[in-house]
Amino acid sequence: MSEAMPADTIRCDACPVLCYIKRGYTGACDRYANHDGQLVRVDPHLLLDRAKSQGTPLVPFLEREGAWDGKLAKPAETFLTAIGAGTTYPDYKPAPFIVSSEVEGVDLITVVTEGIFSYCGVKLKIDTDRHLGPERNFVRAQGETVGHVTTAEYGSQMLSIGGVRHLTGGTKSEGRVTCETLLDLCNGKEVELTIDEGAAVRVAAGQPPVVNGRREERMRVGCGSATIGMFAKQWFGKVDDVVVVDDHITGVLSEHQAGKMLGVRETGIAIKGRRSTPGRYFQVANPGTGWGGTDISDPLAILNPFKPKLAWPKLRLLMVSTTGEQFAYYELDEELRPVEKDLPNALEESVFRIRENCEPALTTVLFMAGAGGSLRAGVTENPVKLTDSVKHRITRVTCGGAPAYIWPGGGITFMVDVARMPENAFGYVPTPALVAPIEFTLGKKDYASLGGHMDNVRPLKEVLREKKRQREVASSPENPWPLRPPKPGGSEQ
Amino acid sequence: MREPPIIRMLPDRRRLHLSDGPIDLIVEARGIPQAVQCAYEAAARRFITVLDELCAELPLLRTRASRGSPWPGGSIARVMARAVAPYCTTCFITPMAAVAGAVAEAVLAAMTAAVALDRAYVNNGGDIALHLANGQRFTVGMVERPDRPSLFGSFEISAAAPIRGIATSGWRGRSFSLGIADAVTALAETASKADAAATIIANAVNLPGHAAIVRVPACEIAPDSDLLDLPVTRGVGDLTRNEVSQALDAGEGVANELQQMGLICAAALSLQGDARVVSPLRPCLTFHDAPRSLVHA
Repeated sequence: MSEAMPADTIRCDACPVLCYIKRGYTGACDRYANHDGQLVRVDPHLLLDRAKSQGTPLVPFLEREGAWDGKLAKPAETFLTAIGAGTTYPDYKPAPFIVSSEVEGVDLITVVTEGIFSYCGVKLKIDTDRHLGPERNFVRAQGETVGHVTTAEYGSQMLSIGGVRHLTGGTKSEGRVTCETLLDLCNGKEVELTIDEGAAVRVAAGQPPVVNGRREERMRVGCGSATIGMFAKQWFGKVDDVVVVDDHITGVLSEHQAGKMLGVRETGIAIKGRRSTPGRYFQVANPGTGWGGTDISDPLAILNPFKPKLAWPKLRLLMVSTTGEQFAYYELDEELRPVEKDLPNALEESVFRIRENCEPALTTVLFMAGAGGSLRAGVTENPVKLTDSVKHRITRVTCGGAPAYIWPGGGITFMVDVARMPENAFGYVPTPALVAPIEFTLGKKDYASLGGHMDNVRPLKEVLREKKRQREVASSPENPWPLRPPKPGGSEQ
Repeated sequence: MREPPIIRMLPDRRRLHLSDGPIDLIVEARGIPQAVQCAYEAAARRFITVLDELCAELPLLRTRASRGSPWPGGSIARVMARAVAPYCTTCFITPMAAVAGAVAEAVLAAMTAAVALDRAYVNNGGDIALHLANGQRFTVGMVERPDRPSLFGSFEISAAAPIRGIATSGWRGRSFSLGIADAVTALAETASKADAAATIIANAVNLPGHAAIVRVPACEIAPDSDLLDLPVTRGVGDLTRNEVSQALDAGEGVANELQQMGLICAAALSLQGDARVVSPLRPCLTFHDAPRSLVHA
């Protein structure tokens, strides 16, 4: 049989079934998998190991079991995450893991659970100038409404996906698709979304968005007006006028304050759209996925004829988008009509400079959920005390070891950047609702005083000794270590 | 590197967890404390050799059952072969279709042979062997999708009903299915019979050739699958109400046949939110919708 096996199939020897496992699949037990040709244990309890992120060489999982002892010497370097911890559903008390460890002389308690969040969603920040769709319009996945367009900020557009109204407030199918979409987004998978009267996007956390089949490379350097301000000096003398095409604010060098300061001569250029202040125009075209987030593919479409009193034959005009991805160079003929020419070498550099100054365009996924309900009962017998303790920063909240921002006000509403969490940290239940890891860390005395389940506290050493369902991962170097002793009033981010 | 079996009490200190390779059992016995202790010891003793016994004749157990199939040697393997035998002339089935139920049955038998218990169950990933002393009853919850712990219904089994086995099969489960049912729960005299029947009924809930159903040859996923290159279900797109109904009709027809042949006592079939119940035993068996409650985080 082994001769017929493809090269990327391995044979698991963890039990006498001796499964052949193809790359990317698990064996009959669903606990061992072929990950890039290596036999690994999957769905384990994740341990964040501080040493790893500080450069200690990684030890493969299976080899590590024999050489475990060194790890026990410094349990404070290991943080038990809630991923794989199991949930308190349906209201099993107390939380699956309540773990103590000593850090810098302070006894710390970490309560680890996987919460079931039916009140949850994600906020997507999509770095693009291309118009994704009108504000408030529905965002769909597989034809179901899973969210809406909320707003646009500098160089980015925001979508709200999920939330209780889509998860449980709509049809069964809407809830199911919403849940799947959230799960995929949170676990870093690519999701295809369409926006009513807008674009189709493919997005994944930490990856460039794909808008209408086109991958976004760069964020814009600024709005059209800001771009004029930044590059006016580099253009001066090399070209007579520059238009930076932008759906938000299109900038015109010869009219703009920056051009005036340099003494750029009036050119008689006439821009369509609504003039805001000199050299700055709103609504030069409709929003779209063309030049600078407008719907145009020919930049001349935003120009009216040049004013004959001011313009002159051979006038040199550069039109460029806010990311430098699109550009065109024209000279006026005897009738003052723009004629496209090759971009002179002297201007190439400035176009390149715009591109160089644009940051990579990404999709960012913020998971947001409310932990105000009965999940707290797994932590303490007096749930409101946990809420207070989180608000006063006596208790630190992390998700899979990543820092969570607590939205001030009532309840424990938190936000976390899923890219800072370990891989595949999220699961779901059919309610539908998402299952997300959540850890509460606080001083032992504080835990006792808020009515914690002290009888269920186990030393970290003891939990680590179980080894079986655990897997170590390196903590993300950009995350603060979750076991710093919390300080009341201290900053968490 | 052979991992030793796991034998431990769950954190609730009531239930026993036995795990070895792909076998994962949750065991609970009720009775006087000494009896429970004794039953758990008997369960653990029986359990430690189960996987090796089965693996010793795995090639045979993975081979399609037919009238002339050689009879396996192991006691659990024989129970498996017996459970699938009624289907072997009409369907592709291997003794592995009953492995989970047969293992649950064997461990339960070891417990009840050792000591008298009020009631007990051995749950092998949803395939459950039951013991009920006179007058005792079990309430069993059914889950549509194994990856989500919400109940789509529950039923009660009393000692008077001839049911000692419950099994659930569906394409979302850990084992492959040729059908599209989210879950088929079969109730039968023994867990191994229920296991084989649930597999057969779940295979029958189907829409052959439907474009929204993703099927992949089993061996492309698990090279040593007993299902060889049969197309197993890997995804089911949204179906219309009519299509759901048509697929459930097919499954229900098979379930009725099995029930008339005495191979099962009852069955519940679910597909994309729709459910069917085949149950002539309503007095002993009450189905009711569980409230879809959730502990809100």
